[in-house]
Amino acid sequence: MSTDMMALIGHATLQTIYMVLISGVISGVLGLALGLALYVTRPGQILACRPAFLVTSAVVNVGRSIPFIILMVAIVPFTRLVVGTSIGTNAAMVPLTIAAIPFVARLIEGALNEISPGLIEAAQAMGATPKQIVTKVLIPEARGGIITSITITIVTLISYSAMAGAVGGGGLGDVGIRYGYNRFEPLIMLVTVAILVIMVQGVQMLGDSMVKRANHK
Amino acid sequence: MIQLEQLSKFYGSDHDAICALNNVDLTVPKGSITGVIGVSGAGKSTLIRCVNMLERPSSGRVLVDGQDLTQLDAPALRKARHDIGMIFQHFNLLDSRTVYQNIAFPLELMGFDKNAMKERITPLLELTGLSDKKDRYPSALSGGQKQRVAIARALASRPKVLLCDEATSALDPQTTASILELLREINQELGLTILLITHEMEVVKSICDSVALISGGELVETSKVGPFFTAPSTKLGREFLEEFLRIDPPKSLLDRLSSDGRDKPYPVIRIIFNDDNVASPLISQLARSFELDISILQAKIEDIQGYTLGLMIAEFRGDSAHVEKALAKLSDMQLSTEVLGYVD
Repeated sequence: MSTDMMALIGHATLQTIYMVLISGVISGVLGLALGLALYVTRPGQILACRPAFLVTSAVVNVGRSIPFIILMVAIVPFTRLVVGTSIGTNAAMVPLTIAAIPFVARLIEGALNEISPGLIEAAQAMGATPKQIVTKVLIPEARGGIITSITITIVTLISYSAMAGAVGGGGLGDVGIRYGYNRFEPLIMLVTVAILVIMVQGVQMLGDSMVKRANHK
Repeated sequence: MIQLEQLSKFYGSDHDAICALNNVDLTVPKGSITGVIGVSGAGKSTLIRCVNMLERPSSGRVLVDGQDLTQLDAPALRKARHDIGMIFQHFNLLDSRTVYQNIAFPLELMGFDKNAMKERITPLLELTGLSDKKDRYPSALSGGQKQRVAIARALASRPKVLLCDEATSALDPQTTASILELLREINQELGLTILLITHEMEVVKSICDSVALISGGELVETSKVGPFFTAPSTKLGREFLEEFLRIDPPKSLLDRLSSDGRDKPYPVIRIIFNDDNVASPLISQLARSFELDISILQAKIEDIQGYTLGLMIAEFRGDSAHVEKALAKLSDMQLSTEVLGYVD
């Protein structure tokens, strides 16, 4: 492989890492908030509010049902509003983030559902406010589940980022398609896929070890 | 200290509402240990959860230290809850926190600083015997140790009242005994008022001063523990007592027992002795005065907070007129007797 090619792949790797990290962090934070909102507004919960729950839940479902490639082109005006352009790596990050938020929210909601209702009740019996229940009971007790959710999301984002090429976002998937597939260079295809595999493995291993440390069960 | 007045709780809509509590009146005196006993579904859990408003009563008043909790808004209720500790059947400890941090939890909620927390927690660790386990996580503790942590946590805010929701039901008998011992110690040393619910007579027997029997959402009997065990005034009370005292007659007896006295002449009688007559040489007196042969098939004596209670199954052999007289004599003495059947 030529040095040009190696530079190209190196650059694409950095683009992928950049897209995945930024969109992972933003969607992680917003998805956590949305997941918590889903959990606490559910009827019977500490801030039960049926209308808010139903609306949030419906929005999340809609968000999750739109295919990523369609979402990417559908929200171009919004993307332009946020990052000032509709093409390039930054432009690809916007739909990645938007697609990941409802995904994270459902995973977080699932992680919170694992918490025994007795814990919330005990905290209420001790006079905890809803905010204290969220910060001192829900988040710490679901820490392992939250880390698992973020890990799954990042892995998913790595795979989704391969589609970023459609809006000129670059990244490994884009190189794989343009050089490996369109120009039929199997070596490049192989290398890009191999790098993606290594990234996913690394993220999963890191996530697992963090969950192990977070859980005292 | 705790007063429940005309407390009712319904679940569901008006028409097909299920009544969990029906006009319950209960007073728990300051410094006492009161036990509410009943079978599952009787409403005892709803009752205790109404005391700290985990369950909002449909009607009635809940007074804790003179304050009507049903009238409080959310912030005032949270403040009032700092005076009401609670422990649970499944402990409800935070798995992400160590023993020390679990006990610190209510203090954090109240805004204590680190030093003030330590001052509170150290004696509690000693009281509950957990000093050497303070940095362990709950997953590394046994059931009994977890309940000790829960007790320390409940005491951290220095409550006036401790509610125990089936606190020993998930524990083995030995651990139950040690937890009950700890609760009694806390009651005596700190003067803490304790309200507990349980389905086990053993719990009532070992630590309660008063007992309230609940069934179908209604309080059917309230009494001091001693009198309750020796002479319950309701049918349900007697059933609970019998279940507790239960001794199954030996199989060899059951095999030859007949319900009909015509073909088998000698009755088999169960006698419950109470405090007044458990010590008297009753059986030998009966045998002598009525020329009977009395053979004791089974017997049991329980000591309940100074009250003695005895249960005996015996076979009365002799002339039928004499047996009649002996039975009459027993009922004259206010002993509870029951003919289980007849043998030959």
